[in-house]
Amino acid sequence: MTKNLRVKTGKAIDETYRISFKFNGSTYYGFKGDTLASALLANDIHLVGRSFKYHRPRGIMTAGSEEPNAIVQLHNDSSRTEPNVRATEIEIYEGLEASSQNCWPSVKFDIGGINNLLSPLLPAGFYYKTFMWPASFWEKYEYFIRRSAGLGKSPTTPDPDIYEHKYIHCDVLVIGAGISGIMAAKIAAKNGLKTLLIEEKPNLGGSTIYQNSDHFKINNQNSGSWLEKEINEIKKLKNLEIKTRTSVAAYHGYNFLLARENLTDHLPINQRKDKTRHKLLKIRAKKVITATGSIERPMIFDNNDRPGILLSSAIKRFADYFGVACGEKNILFTNNDSAYETAISLIQKGINIEAIIDNREEVNSKLIYEVEKNNIKIFKGYTVTDTSGYKRINKISIMQLSKDGQKVVGSKIILSCDCLGVSGGWTPAVHLFTQSGGKLKFREDDQVFIPNIYPSDQLSIGACNGDFTLDEILVNTPKSLIDYLNIKNTEYDNLEISSSTNKSKRNIWLLPSDKILGKTKSFVDYQNDATAKDIKLALREGFRSIEHVKRYTTTGMGTDQGKLGNMHALGIISETAGAKMGELGTTTFRPPYTPLTFGTIVGRNVGEYFDIFRKTPIHDWHVEHKAEFENVGQWKRAWYYPKENENMHKAVQRESKAARESAGILDASTLGKIDIQGTDASEFLNRVYTNAWSKLAVGKCRYGLMLNEDGMVYDDGVTTRLGENHYIMTTTTGGAANVMGKLEDYLQTEWPELDVYLTSVTDHFATLSVCGPNSKKIVSEVIPDLDFSDESFPHMSFKNTKIGKINCRVMRISFTGEHSYEINVQANYGKSVWEKCMEAGKNFNITPYGTETMHLLRAEKGFIIVGQDTDATMTPIDLQMDWIVSKKKYDFIGKRSLYRSDTIREDRKQLVGLLTDNPNEVLEEGAQIVADINKSPIEMLGHVTSSYYSPNLKKSIALGVVRGGKNMMGQKLIIPMEKKNINVTVADTVFLDKENKRLNA
Amino acid sequence: MFIINCPYCGEREQSEFKAGGEAHIVRPKQPTELSDDEWAEYLFMRKNIKGIQFERWNHTHGCRKWFNMVRDTSNDEIKAVYKMGEKPPVE
Ligand SMILES: [Zn+2]
Repeated sequence: MTKNLRVKTGKAIDETYRISFKFNGSTYYGFKGDTLASALLANDIHLVGRSFKYHRPRGIMTAGSEEPNAIVQLHNDSSRTEPNVRATEIEIYEGLEASSQNCWPSVKFDIGGINNLLSPLLPAGFYYKTFMWPASFWEKYEYFIRRSAGLGKSPTTPDPDIYEHKYIHCDVLVIGAGISGIMAAKIAAKNGLKTLLIEEKPNLGGSTIYQNSDHFKINNQNSGSWLEKEINEIKKLKNLEIKTRTSVAAYHGYNFLLARENLTDHLPINQRKDKTRHKLLKIRAKKVITATGSIERPMIFDNNDRPGILLSSAIKRFADYFGVACGEKNILFTNNDSAYETAISLIQKGINIEAIIDNREEVNSKLIYEVEKNNIKIFKGYTVTDTSGYKRINKISIMQLSKDGQKVVGSKIILSCDCLGVSGGWTPAVHLFTQSGGKLKFREDDQVFIPNIYPSDQLSIGACNGDFTLDEILVNTPKSLIDYLNIKNTEYDNLEISSSTNKSKRNIWLLPSDKILGKTKSFVDYQNDATAKDIKLALREGFRSIEHVKRYTTTGMGTDQGKLGNMHALGIISETAGAKMGELGTTTFRPPYTPLTFGTIVGRNVGEYFDIFRKTPIHDWHVEHKAEFENVGQWKRAWYYPKENENMHKAVQRESKAARESAGILDASTLGKIDIQGTDASEFLNRVYTNAWSKLAVGKCRYGLMLNEDGMVYDDGVTTRLGENHYIMTTTTGGAANVMGKLEDYLQTEWPELDVYLTSVTDHFATLSVCGPNSKKIVSEVIPDLDFSDESFPHMSFKNTKIGKINCRVMRISFTGEHSYEINVQANYGKSVWEKCMEAGKNFNITPYGTETMHLLRAEKGFIIVGQDTDATMTPIDLQMDWIVSKKKYDFIGKRSLYRSDTIREDRKQLVGLLTDNPNEVLEEGAQIVADINKSPIEMLGHVTSSYYSPNLKKSIALGVVRGGKNMMGQKLIIPMEKKNINVTVADTVFLDKENKRLNA
Repeated sequence: MFIINCPYCGEREQSEFKAGGEAHIVRPKQPTELSDDEWAEYLFMRKNIKGIQFERWNHTHGCRKWFNMVRDTSNDEIKAVYKMGEKPPVE
């Protein structure tokens, strides 16, 4: 049976509200207000996990988000199970199920524990050194590492919870609602500033709120009671918003912060339905006041990681706040006065203290005097040298420190205990400050890094700024707020303060032992099992930069980012290497401060909301007619329209034949459309396309190729002259936005003298293309008033007309090589015009075709697709499209690059046609092309860019880029595939109707 | 994420903008008269300064205007923004 270690009612606990929960399969009870950690400790459970590398038993060590050991897996079901939850942060609720994460098969019997016995074989850099060789063994190692390492289990089915993102703008953001944060929030809000106060814990007040002793008084009340009144007052302030259970994850430049608000994790499961679980707050604050407090330092001595060893401040919090005694035979070990505050709290609660071990030889403060009055033995000038107890501490060894603190002297004293509280002083929580780009300075007096240079409009106050004692906080906070907020005074300017703490401290980063270092296990990073010995080994092996030592030893690389031990690691490096702490610098703290769930990051952008998708005005028709869709940029384009049981190949063969034999219809609405107007529009086109535009008559269309300034093909499309100073340009579907951006760039920055205006009109029009020998008959029926005769309406020309009352632009242009018309109408008429065409084409077997057939038909004609047959390394010359490059024009974008020494090389990759010796063999796009299969290494000449079986030619056709391909016409090449080599012949890129007879058929 | 003071619209979130590389590189008026090396200098060579850098930005999801910015790349402080064609601020 477990013991009940509940003492007098804690501040946060509602003893009338009992909650049952499960831990590692057994049922326990706690009270409303308990964290999982406090509830376990009340049941005398310390052992909660195993360490990462040595699988040493580990217990709860802290009472907050800095916890390295008590990491649990929550829930059992496949959609909600969650790894890496800190037991010190999760509040218990009815139905909570948690289990130890880093142990296999169970926390009490753990196979990985054998690593502890093998630890002389597992030094720093072990993973790097061992598992790298032989490489083929990695898979075997990995199985064991993954199985036995504490990475937890991820959910295997979709997350059913709701997550949200929210933007918040405020004048002042205060992070942390300890005493200094509460003062700051009150002052800011009372001075008319819109203020947001954020606190990671469920309640306000930090560690002061449970400070209930006569040693700390403000205006003659104990500090806890004083603060409680302040909290009640700020809750009434109108322009102050308070968010609890909310932790700032990231502090970016320009005071942009991300915070996670936890809304339901503390509720019983049955009260969570339909509620938002986490909210990601995107906060933009004019001013940020950081009041994130400080984290107590552990002490580095042999076997300092046993269950039952906690931070002294955590023991105090568990007693005062949760009403839980962490042990019945407590010993405190300290180098400063903080442990005596804990001692006084324990005495008040009637919890037994066996002894206090203090590094300092001379100690005198009111606090210590009071502890001594209670007949508690204090070992002054002593240190702990070792501990014992496998799953729970049961004894410690102590010895006297030499004068210089480098050695232990005298004889060993053994003391028995079941809980050891350690206090190595305090480390300001500067993580967010440094994330924001702030620069720290080192304060020699008490060996801490504190904020020095602020990168944005912000201020650090309280313990995170190095003010650890009550009087420092109460005096300095109002002063710095007066400066920072530019106000005359605050209500806190004349507080009466009495505090008994003495600031003296004896800092020894690595405590001496009677054993040699090689025989000790003094942990610096508990979660990653990095010891003082590992750090010294890394230095011996030549690592000097702290960032390198960190990676080599994995110190500070766990989910807790080494919040407890980073300073000791630095201290040990500095002492060993003989460098000054201030000059070493610190490692970088990266967001998130505490881990975020994926759900929080993603918010509502899941499923169909994952990314925007664009639908054409004819989309619904394609859906009704069972089209398969493909994603082109953000567009959903009809890919092919399978009939009955057709697969893609069969559907495409049918569609392609129909388009050439009678009539096909394509939804081309996704093509980019840019309206170009202005007196210099023709000159503008001259400069952006490779060919000449000045002489294009009104009512005519022309194909254009656009290059980058480096001479590589960027985009292509047909542009039509609608009027003297008016053009409509079409771009590729995927390139539309980029082309628009590029044209604007040149207009605004290089040629501001041109009178040209650009408007993106892609979404304004529905575009449908009717092609095939019967296309003219079909469109004549849809638009009976228009003269479709070849004389009046030849290829590459344009007509403005009407379908009934609907304005309509018709271009006679072709991307298939067939006689075809492109009809543009206002977008919302698109579907009805499409349906009209389908009706008119009924007798001609008009066949809707998708992008796949479009690609096949254009490949038969050797028309390129920018981005498929080109890849930003192809010039028009490489594409054998010399005809479109004007020799006469003085300049256009990319012209000069076309005769750089590199672009005129004869052996560049050039676009050619490829015909397989076996006409039924269809090549794979992307396949490599070689000439000599026997040469070693085989020389790669290029690759296949487009490949299809042409139903119209009844053979396989392909386009590819081949080094020097232009001069290889008729030559045999080889496509080596996994199972066979395919023989091909280099051919012309135009496979069908080279004479363009079909355009006028 | 920066707050950028668009010279046409005022202060907006960085997510509305797109960076466009180094500023004040003028496209040669007569490219055909340049040697390969001179053209390559214009085409490829860009400074990558730690410190004060002049760069082009575009308010893509706003007024679509291009403008120039002086930014300290070591701490992302924006020292000035000014319209295309305007002279860069001295100092
Ligand atoms: Zn703007």
